[in-house]
Amino acid sequence: MAAVEVSELTVRYGDLQAVRDVSFTAAAGEITAVLGPNGAGKTSTIEVCEGFRRATAGSVRVLGLDPATQQRLLSERMGVMLQEGGVYPSARVLDTVRHYCALYSKGADAAALVEQVGLTARAHATWRRLSGGEQQRVSLALAMAARPEVAFLDEPTSGVDVNGRDTIRGIVRGMADSGCAVVLATHELDEAERLADRVIIFDQGVVIADGTLTELRRGHDEIRFRSSPDLDTIALATAIGMVASRVGHDEYVIDAPPHPRLMAQLTAWLAEEGHPLTDLRAGAQRLEDVFRRLTADNDAERDRQ
Amino acid sequence: MKRFRTQLRTELQLVSRNGEQLLLTLGIPVLLLVFFSLVDVLPTGTDDPIDFLAPGVLALAVMSTAMVSLGIGTGFERSYHVLKRLGATPLGRGRLIAAKIASVAVVEVVQFAILIPVAYALGWSPSATNWPAATGAVLLGTMAFAGIGLTFAGRLRGEINLAALNGLYLVLLLLGGMVIPFTKLPGALRALAHGLPSGALADLLREALGGNGTQPATSWVVLAVWATITPLLAAALFRWD
Repeated sequence: MAAVEVSELTVRYGDLQAVRDVSFTAAAGEITAVLGPNGAGKTSTIEVCEGFRRATAGSVRVLGLDPATQQRLLSERMGVMLQEGGVYPSARVLDTVRHYCALYSKGADAAALVEQVGLTARAHATWRRLSGGEQQRVSLALAMAARPEVAFLDEPTSGVDVNGRDTIRGIVRGMADSGCAVVLATHELDEAERLADRVIIFDQGVVIADGTLTELRRGHDEIRFRSSPDLDTIALATAIGMVASRVGHDEYVIDAPPHPRLMAQLTAWLAEEGHPLTDLRAGAQRLEDVFRRLTADNDAERDRQ
Repeated sequence: MKRFRTQLRTELQLVSRNGEQLLLTLGIPVLLLVFFSLVDVLPTGTDDPIDFLAPGVLALAVMSTAMVSLGIGTGFERSYHVLKRLGATPLGRGRLIAAKIASVAVVEVVQFAILIPVAYALGWSPSATNWPAATGAVLLGTMAFAGIGLTFAGRLRGEINLAALNGLYLVLLLLGGMVIPFTKLPGALRALAHGLPSGALADLLREALGGNGTQPATSWVVLAVWATITPLLAAALFRWD
């Protein structure tokens, strides 16, 4: 049984349909990233899963429980990390974590949690004196206070520096490795690419993609390079037999698998024409490109309808 | 019970660490009591100003804690999404509200434990003391003021709520018969003052602790009405996030 089962979920606010017939699952021991632009419906969906919001139609089960009617039971086994903090500004780090740990029947050890998120040295600092990254780590510790079987984390690395991100990624991966079903809502595609076992992409209230990163990237290899801004893409296409598109000021993409012959033709043409090659990447599309392609396809589909 | 105690401990911890709240709930009442009983500038109409001031300042202490401190604190908790975050724990709304009420009660006990001895030290000698009636008035006053504070906290943004409750505190202080006798207010304002929860509570405490109330029967009714309506209003209008 999946830890999170969302089936034909619809959420409506008055005339606005925020979520439309959405279905997906999230498994224990996996990190499921929920991606989507602002207003795509991911927050509404997750809030229904957390029990903060009622579904207009459809069903949601988290650990086999209905969050709308069994939220108290669910809350004993669920971790939640809000994007907006949710901590008293004048509360100290260790006191806050201790407070939350004591609210659960089988709460974690507060001092150990503070140490795990790397804040032992700041244990007696108040929330308002913490940096954005430190506040995120406290929020993550609160999400772990229940020793959760399922955790909903909203933008866990937002505003966190590079080293802090590594710490948070390690902790989140550790949660999943210990059997917790982690559902990660994020705008940061790079974060999802590094962490997620499974990706669900929302757009305009519907799920437009659901699968592992490998599944989503399948059949979408590319060669991406940087060169002169004034590259003659028509001449290049003629030389290599493939269409080359400019995607940035000096960035180009060829939608093709990185075959050695094609790579050789490309670099040879650049050399012959006297153009520099300042960056070259080949292989599966980045998640960002998969996301752009899928949301653009969804827009086109809606326009056709 | 463990969760209630945990939440109560946190509520009290936060109050004790909040300098503004301590100033409001303890500093200002003690300062008003000491200053105006030593400097006889208020038209209290009594031989010794402390006899008028002591019950009024006790009413002020109740208003400071139950309305302003509770209302401002809860308003900011709502703005900072603390209430939403707690909503995802097994605490539950019932225990959260119970912990807040208990926290107000504890602070009021501390206020009275400080203010009453200070008043006696300043020469307060009430001719009659009806502590059960005083306790009943404080309970009703606490309900009425907490209802007002939570109604504001549940609807307004943190900063607007702060300004609104501080403004209301000042109005209720000046018109509530706490430091200025009703008899010194102009006719129309006097009628209004008797209808306010601050006026009713001050009048009842003055009657219970000295037998100097002006219209205690009416004040019981006024305070009971406020104590019934404002919590219902808060429950109906409160937004948790």
